[in-house]
Amino acid sequence: MSRALSPDLDCIVAVEQVTDYLEGALPLEARTEFEQHLVSCPGCVIYLRQVRAQVAASGKLAEPRPVAEEVTRKLLEMFHASRGG
Amino acid sequence: MPAAAPELQTLAQDSPLVEALRAGDERAFLGLVGSLHPAMMRFARGFVRSEASAEDVVQDTWAVVLEDIDRFEGRSTLRSWIFGILGNLARTRATRDGRVIPLSALEPTDGEPAVDPAEFLPPSHPRWAGHWAKWPEPWPEEQLLTRETLAHVGDAIDRLPEGQRAVIQLRDVEGWSSEEVCEALGLSDVNQRVLLHRARSRVRREIVRHVERRRP
Repeated sequence: MSRALSPDLDCIVAVEQVTDYLEGALPLEARTEFEQHLVSCPGCVIYLRQVRAQVAASGKLAEPRPVAEEVTRKLLEMFHASRGG
Repeated sequence: MPAAAPELQTLAQDSPLVEALRAGDERAFLGLVGSLHPAMMRFARGFVRSEASAEDVVQDTWAVVLEDIDRFEGRSTLRSWIFGILGNLARTRATRDGRVIPLSALEPTDGEPAVDPAEFLPPSHPRWAGHWAKWPEPWPEEQLLTRETLAHVGDAIDRLPEGQRAVIQLRDVEGWSSEEVCEALGLSDVNQRVLLHRARSRVRREIVRHVERRRP
């Protein structure tokens, strides 16, 4: 009955679909419903932006770090030994 | 020091590298170590108690990789094959060290809502039940990328349960595809998504707390 007043997707449901949406895993109908919800819901647009920004920020955590020299040396020994060296 | 890190995204890109490794090409091996070793250490730390145990596990993984590279059939990418080995060794080591990680540790368990239900209007609300009580506050984007906030994101990831942590590390930190992550962790598509969803939701809640504390 509240559905009749707000036929739109509920935000509490939409936030649980965000990952499937970003993964392209929502079936067409659900995807359309989700996108229509975004058109009318600034709160969920902000939420989705936050998740995207978070994923981008997480990617910054993978800074390449040089491998310690003694580790490299040890691994190289193992490599040559394994190749019959 | 390592040579330019090879791109390891696809099976086709892997095969010259695999051939070079089999042929004993030192530069190829160093390139592979340079591109994977730090991520392997981060990954192993999610399972074992200490940095020293993680180092052991990662080194054991390289030993298995070198022993089995001739048998690698290219049915997964090289890195997802390597992380599959790493995951098994890390879990075995964790169990031996007395950490209880059941075989099912990577499967999702009971769920929790992505967002505290108190953030939404209650079911009794006459018109907007289940809608935001108050919209989330947008994050100042530059703040998210500060060293301090990034450190919080890293800590939040480190505190996740094993399965969630493994998935979010490989997907969001290392930037792997879902297919590779499913391969490496032996997860179904659905379970991979469930774990990713829970992990991202939890980390988001931590960021919200952090950003709110910092808000003037």
